[in-house]
Amino acid sequence: MGMAAEEVTQFHVLAVDDSLIDRKLIERLLKTSSFQVTTVDSGSKALEFLGWEEDDRNNPNETSVSPKNNQDVEVNLVITDYCMPGMTGYDLLKKMKESSSLRNIPVVIMSSENVPSRINQCLEEGAEEFLLKPVKKSDINKLKQHMIRSKCKDFEKPEKKEEKQEESATATSTATAEASENNQLQTAQSNNKWKAIDESLSVDRTRPQLSGLTLNLSESTERSIAECIWIGGSGMDLRSKARAQNFSITHTKPKKVSGVLHNGDMKN
Amino acid sequence: MEIVGQLQKQYVDFITSLFREAYLDDQYVQLQKLQDDSNPEFVVEVVSIFFEDSEKLLNDLASSLQQQVVDFKKVDGYVHQFKGSSSSVGAQRVKNACVDFKNFCEEKNLDGCLRFLNLVKQEFYLVKNKLETLLRLEQQILQAGGMVPPLE
Repeated sequence: MGMAAEEVTQFHVLAVDDSLIDRKLIERLLKTSSFQVTTVDSGSKALEFLGWEEDDRNNPNETSVSPKNNQDVEVNLVITDYCMPGMTGYDLLKKMKESSSLRNIPVVIMSSENVPSRINQCLEEGAEEFLLKPVKKSDINKLKQHMIRSKCKDFEKPEKKEEKQEESATATSTATAEASENNQLQTAQSNNKWKAIDESLSVDRTRPQLSGLTLNLSESTERSIAECIWIGGSGMDLRSKARAQNFSITHTKPKKVSGVLHNGDMKN
Repeated sequence: MEIVGQLQKQYVDFITSLFREAYLDDQYVQLQKLQDDSNPEFVVEVVSIFFEDSEKLLNDLASSLQQQVVDFKKVDGYVHQFKGSSSSVGAQRVKNACVDFKNFCEEKNLDGCLRFLNLVKQEFYLVKNKLETLLRLEQQILQAGGMVPPLE
């Protein structure tokens, strides 16, 4: 079956960690998953690389632009250590979310310490995932989904986003309720951040690695999303494609405000 | 070839004992998995950085604990780094010693800190020795034309 314009887009990840060993590790992990990687050893260097500017505050009326403004290379995801001297991973996350050009880049936090309040703090601030170190291949496998979803968001019309935000606000309570149902529970449990919170409550800290995706995407759905990226259809194309596929992407994070899609429920 | 077979058996026995005695944990296996033909020196590279970093950290720890007024936050920072790097290479006993060391830092217990500095040092040199032996065995197998048996 021929997919049009099949140029493979490589995702570019910016990894931030003050530890040389951990930088080497994360770089290797990412490269073996076919990501392009840049590593830096501090939050300030990360911001520099991303082309962050001091007065680039978040303007709610502004449409989200793809982060190509002040940099030569597009970054599709930032993965950062939490504990770093000077600017912590949390500080970096915050600065990115406050910046209109950077806030749509998904951010993942890593930490060697399993502290629920820290995890919550990061998720509340908008981190996509919170990974416990040492990071494993299975953790990296989850990252593609965040990058794909982020690319899909770029195709949405801006005014629809506000509507979706309202819709999502009510939908999130359903989402959380759903999360306790059987088929969602497994998904939630396989998500590293919830596992981290669970584990902190239990004595035995073995880490059962559950296989399976965080998102319930069928293969054809993933291909469909991929098609959106490669072909770059208009917003309308994306929506009708989505309806045709009847897909659902359930995000396990209760406070996610934008980009939550439900079964065939993409209202205009 | 007989020699290769012998070396391989030696290797397997040795590394099995390292896991059994908790010198190394699963993270070391993960490191091995990240090594391939495009990056044949990956483990050696990471382990070398670990050795270098650790020597420096041990020196920093010793000198910070020798100060007139000990800055326990600083000490804790060093231990945190050591804990992180040992965890990243799979040096389980070193990591565990660091965890306990951290507790003494939090309690600002100088005695405990000094004791655990010694313990961490001991564990580090032990695992360094083991790793050097292991990597040497690997080299010998490769030089004899054999393949290093994959882990687990």
